[in-house]
Amino acid sequence: MNRIELQAIADKEIERQQELKCRVLCCASTACLSSGGQEVRKALQDELKAAGLTKDVQVVATGCKGLCSRGPVVEVTGPAQERVLYANVTAEAAQQIVRQHLVGGQPVNDYRLDADSPFFTKQVRVVLSNSGIVDPERIEDYIARQGYAALGHALREMTPEEVCLAIRRSGLRGRGGAGYATGLKWDLVRKADGRDKYVIANGDEGDPGAYMDRTLMESDPHRVLEGMALAGYAVGAEQGFLYVRGEYPLAVKRLERAIKAAERQGVLGSRIFDSNFNFRVDIRIGAGAFVCGEETALMSSIMGRRGEPRPRPPYPAQSGLWNSPTLINNVETFGNIAPIILNGPEWYAAMGTEKSKGTKIFALTGNVNNTGLIEVPMGITLREIVFEIGGGIPDGRTFKAAQTGGPSGGCIPAEYLDTPVDYESLTALGSMMGSGGLIVMDDQTSMVDVAKFYMEFCMDESCGKCVPCRVGTAQMHRLLSRLIAGEASAADLATLEELCRMVKALSLCGLGQSAPNPILSTLKYFRAEYEARLKSGAAHGAPSQEAA
Amino acid sequence: METVVTLTLNGEMVSARADQTLLDVIREQKIDLPTLCHMQGLSERGGCRLCVVEVQGAPRPMAACVTPVTEGMVVRTHTPELEHQRRLVVELLLAERNHVCAVCVVNGHCDLQWAAAKLGVASVRYEYLHPDLTMDASHARFVLDHNRCILCTRCVRVCDEVEGAHTWDIAGRGIKTRVITDLSRPWGDSPSCTSCGKCVQVCPTGALFEKGATVAEMTKERDFVGWIIRGRTKREWTW
Ligand SMILES: Cc1cc2nc3c(=O)[nH]c(=O)nc-3n(C[C@H](O)[C@H](O)[C@H](O)COP(=O)(O)O)c2cc1C
Ligand code: SF4
Ligand code: SF4
Ligand code: FES
Repeated sequence: MNRIELQAIADKEIERQQELKCRVLCCASTACLSSGGQEVRKALQDELKAAGLTKDVQVVATGCKGLCSRGPVVEVTGPAQERVLYANVTAEAAQQIVRQHLVGGQPVNDYRLDADSPFFTKQVRVVLSNSGIVDPERIEDYIARQGYAALGHALREMTPEEVCLAIRRSGLRGRGGAGYATGLKWDLVRKADGRDKYVIANGDEGDPGAYMDRTLMESDPHRVLEGMALAGYAVGAEQGFLYVRGEYPLAVKRLERAIKAAERQGVLGSRIFDSNFNFRVDIRIGAGAFVCGEETALMSSIMGRRGEPRPRPPYPAQSGLWNSPTLINNVETFGNIAPIILNGPEWYAAMGTEKSKGTKIFALTGNVNNTGLIEVPMGITLREIVFEIGGGIPDGRTFKAAQTGGPSGGCIPAEYLDTPVDYESLTALGSMMGSGGLIVMDDQTSMVDVAKFYMEFCMDESCGKCVPCRVGTAQMHRLLSRLIAGEASAADLATLEELCRMVKALSLCGLGQSAPNPILSTLKYFRAEYEARLKSGAAHGAPSQEAA
Repeated sequence: METVVTLTLNGEMVSARADQTLLDVIREQKIDLPTLCHMQGLSERGGCRLCVVEVQGAPRPMAACVTPVTEGMVVRTHTPELEHQRRLVVELLLAERNHVCAVCVVNGHCDLQWAAAKLGVASVRYEYLHPDLTMDASHARFVLDHNRCILCTRCVRVCDEVEGAHTWDIAGRGIKTRVITDLSRPWGDSPSCTSCGKCVQVCPTGALFEKGATVAEMTKERDFVGWIIRGRTKREWTW
């Protein structure tokens, strides 16, 4: 493979697509498949066959389009065709779409989605630019959309140092939670001494309700692989590991296919793009422990040991897998790399706020009209996300809080709806960016119950290595349970707060250090709800904050 | 290459070899810092968090046993806040399982009891979790009582690193974590156990003890790991 051959594949694929009358893109991600996507695709194909249109119209199984609550989502697109989106498509609706729209030329308005609604127009799709458009199981689709062009370019025109510099200048920060500067991390690994170096993509994604990384891996696996290969070139690693949690079988299947296809095309494996650079990627499947998303525990798991964090330093960049310098980044972080190399760091740095550049994917869920997966520029306000993209709160209820950062994060109340979403602002509010879970809560939600939900999660997921987290989470959970049962005294509440501070300060890894955050942030903004549950004045249900 | 660094420990300048941990230096200075998972001669775990100290510029307290010394470090070991947090850790441990000292074989010779006394833990404000745990008395000479185990993994490490048998391991996670022998079969059936008794000697509590010992009878020989390691590295013994 060289760059001319790559371009030839792209041209051929584009030509093929142009010759079709139109293409029907059906989402085949986990969410849409579970709402009947497979049957819809079959109905479309059968009906097209009956109409004799199989040569002119191609049905494509694509990745996620984002509006998961309205799935299955289907898009009709073509060279001389207005782009039409359909939602909640059933097998019958699919037949109607073929007869009325594809044959008759009249879109089926009953199922039509407004492609100009804020849900779509407010988003900026960089990482997800191919998601919902390409067939994740065909490498040609990816190549036709400039896939592997960044890798080909970097291998010929850039030194590893220049790749690191480009990532540094883009301002990209890690999307796995902590927001460490990606280019800086790459430079550390590049400069580290070591014959063998490794690149790891963290696709463990254990936050309850989050599915950003799953979607990216399912919808555009080559994007992740290309990012990893670029990282391998930049830091001097020839081996990559993709750590995917075991609950994501579809992602694993598509990644496996993608790796094989990429190796066949010579964009992964030995002598990539006829250069001296070799890069292999192997998949490692996690066994479903949240803590294995923590980088040191993840490495321990890859090496076949118990998934337990270890103290840092040494950081993975100094001593990681088998004591070699190791670069570990989140899957979404890798999804940003190819566009940065192709379009330049300045293009990327123009998006976002001063310290948080680019875009972020969120899994928008909870009491909001449009739930789904969204990609927004950093610095967008929570209000825009909840009320414009999300379409507001259903059932005439009012907004109470937004939970970000999952079990490590916190709840942000209504008075901060105009806060720009970036790393620093969310941390200042006692929450955090986290990996991208965003749960909207309406006025019926009890914040103490929310805190207990997350504490139960942390208690179950604690690895048990250090005392503050192992026993502290269990005790915090007990105290919250007693509070909710109306059995706790003011002294118990003080004990809880004191314990929160200790567990935060003394735990070994991020899980324990952030486990008290959901309690601390709800105490900060909704203290009255805790006090209302104390022994004497124990109230049940949500406190009286009724909608006006 | 042996470089020397200088650090400030509780307001005094001290020097240290660059390959030492903070805990090494603190012990050299005869500062009394409680530890439970640390044991001289074994690899460090950093799990009990009793050895935490304040390091200037660090975002949170650091566990001294796993923190390498660096030039110019400013360290404080006994601030009121640290002492308070250590007490909470010990309280958590006492509430985790059944530590009824009055009926324990190592009453009076227990590291947990010493730590509690030294830190002035007078009462436990947390609910006793009273997990439903068993004892394993299947071994000919020793007994494992999960009720007293604090999951320090000293037994796991001594068995793996010094005896070389790796009979012990950890199973489960969070509050359900347990030590196990082999693949969780009764200790007495373990084909890998050499019955050397090292685990029993390093165990800080009454979780591992010799059969036949009754209340407060069992004392433990803690220094022998150091003896073995020194003997081996200096080749003082031949066999
Ligand atoms: C308990 C815990 C769970 C984590 N889970 C994940 C995860 O599922 N995915 C992820 O990318 N990072 C996770 N992280 C963060 C990783 O440790 C690491 O910081 C990250 O993978 C680095 O990538 P980045 O720099 O691209 O963000 C977790 C951290 C902790 C403490
Ligand atoms: S903080 Fe929790 S998850 Fe992390 S090492 Fe300690 S026990 Fe394990
Ligand atoms: S049995 Fe003893 S040495 Fe082993 S982990 Fe438990 S307390 Fe520690
Ligand atoms: S002695 Fe340092 S953490 Fe236990």
